[in-house]
Amino acid sequence: MRRASTLCSFAKGAPLRLLSTSSTRQGPQVCVVGAGPAGFYVTQHLVKTLPEANVDIYEKLPVPFGLVRFGVAPDHPEVKNVINTFTKTAQNPRVRFVGNVSLGKDLSLQELQRLYHAVILTYGAEHDKSLGIPGEDLGNILSARRFVGWYNGQPGDENLNPDLSTDTVAVLGQGNVALDVARVLLAPIDYLKSTDITAHSLEALSKSQVKRVMLIGRRGPVQAAFTIKELREMLKMEGCKSVFRQDDFKGVQEFLPSVARPRKRLTELLAQAALDPKAEWLEAWKTAERSFEPIFYRSPAAFLPSSSKAGTVGAVKLAVTELQGEMSETQGVKNTGAFEDVKCGLVLRSIGYKGLPADPDIPFDSKSGVVRNSKGRVEGLPGVYCGGWLGTGPVGVIVNTMGNAFELGRLIEGDIKDGTINATTAKPGYLEAAKILDNKGVQAVSFKDWEKIDQEEQNRGKAIDKPREKIVSVSEMLKVVAN
Amino acid sequence: MALFVKSLCRAAVRPQLAALLRSTSSTPPPACRFLSTSARLMSQEETISVTFIRADGKKISAKGKEGDSLLDVVVNKEVDLDGFGACEGTLTCSTCHVILSKEVYESLARPTDEELDMLDLAFDLTDTSRLGCQITLTKELDGLEVKVPASVNDARQ
Repeated sequence: MRRASTLCSFAKGAPLRLLSTSSTRQGPQVCVVGAGPAGFYVTQHLVKTLPEANVDIYEKLPVPFGLVRFGVAPDHPEVKNVINTFTKTAQNPRVRFVGNVSLGKDLSLQELQRLYHAVILTYGAEHDKSLGIPGEDLGNILSARRFVGWYNGQPGDENLNPDLSTDTVAVLGQGNVALDVARVLLAPIDYLKSTDITAHSLEALSKSQVKRVMLIGRRGPVQAAFTIKELREMLKMEGCKSVFRQDDFKGVQEFLPSVARPRKRLTELLAQAALDPKAEWLEAWKTAERSFEPIFYRSPAAFLPSSSKAGTVGAVKLAVTELQGEMSETQGVKNTGAFEDVKCGLVLRSIGYKGLPADPDIPFDSKSGVVRNSKGRVEGLPGVYCGGWLGTGPVGVIVNTMGNAFELGRLIEGDIKDGTINATTAKPGYLEAAKILDNKGVQAVSFKDWEKIDQEEQNRGKAIDKPREKIVSVSEMLKVVAN
Repeated sequence: MALFVKSLCRAAVRPQLAALLRSTSSTPPPACRFLSTSARLMSQEETISVTFIRADGKKISAKGKEGDSLLDVVVNKEVDLDGFGACEGTLTCSTCHVILSKEVYESLARPTDEELDMLDLAFDLTDTSRLGCQITLTKELDGLEVKVPASVNDARQ
């Protein structure tokens, strides 16, 4: 039965000559590893510009879309509209989504190189940086990335169990991920309950005792990495006041005239919130029970244990920093030698994501967490490419990844058209990959299978006035597919 | 009149509702039904010509109706601009970034903070940049030419 259903899955996508003696397919065979924005945008480009190409998009999870599904905050549903574009790409007859298949575990890079003319690694950054400071293994010090995975339904993060019985949280880092986790902790529960936030996290947040969230960064307001839309949201958050340290803003207003508009507007808004808040904000802040507290020029030096809860964090020891040289967006800092301790019961570390080498043959820079590449061509491996955060580092919103992926697509298109990749010798592509997977007993999930999961999630959500109730366990996803 | 009220609505409401107001269907969207008499006075014929100049120099012309946004034109006429309008007109991306002439830029109502916040993330930002999803076609804009910057679209060949 299983074998028959696998044969049926062969039949999806471009016509396969099942009974033919040919064991290869016409046209360039391309595989993409990682079904997030980078993977979908590079695929979109290649099917448009190479009319004979077949593109197979492999994904470790049964569900596609990567950070669009697991990273974008539940209260930002419009950002996820790109899923419609990706769906269109996936439904192209020359594109095949292959979910629940893991590079390194189910298929090796060497195998993919053998089966395909081009292998494109776009599996992103699934790990995050640690600080490497004393006390980091105390309880309730968590990665913001995993906290996001917890409220967004990333399989594996559902049992994170953040202890929200503390009234003060320290978020370390000042990028958009830091702002997102702060916002989810500070938002009124009513604001979150009709989003696609996961049930288990909504339950925990409804019982949360958290009142203050500090957003701590090593550098100053001019170097803040978050973007203006998210800051504005925070300043207007219902029931929440924004509290700044005015001293942090010395020299900031003098800096403003010299800087380009995006940084200027963000810094102006920050300075206004800190030094001269709008009357309407002040009015709302008067009755606010929760607070958002950006703290600048503080670098975590150690975590201190709680005196009341053994083995759990009780405070962060922060080194006081100062900027070196002239003020600029990219200025560095040095420690002054002074320290400040801030009490907190939960720490969310949000200092950057990090990629991992999924296969031992991938040349990897473990310091930066990036595949070693030149403009997307992986070092030493002709025909192997990388893009998105795995190639550029984990910075940027969807528009940046889109630009990078289209550029990568043009590069690969060029390599195929000018013979750098010899696509004239036929390769078997998925014909062969499917056999390998079948022999290993791997249950590959097709795009139609994903649509079943999608429909089931939406049905479950409808019953409770949410756009969907995400399924967070892989085995449950596979059960839905099998039904 | 309908267009004036529509643009007031657009400035004041949340992006999702703004998208609803920009509906491309020929019947007025539910939120503006009270304007239906004056809305019918708007021409439903595609008489307004727009030319998109891609970064690789290629010019693509298309026609839209009064009240269409530039994004509507790109979508309805399948104008070949990869990645344009990723968030579908909800002011949550910057991929419909276009560059106008100084004249045209100044003839339009000022962009809202919401639009500027997203525009700030666009590549090759200029003083006459706008988001295409926020520009509404009027008779005065017939013959409009807009540059679609590189980086997201086409090529540096």
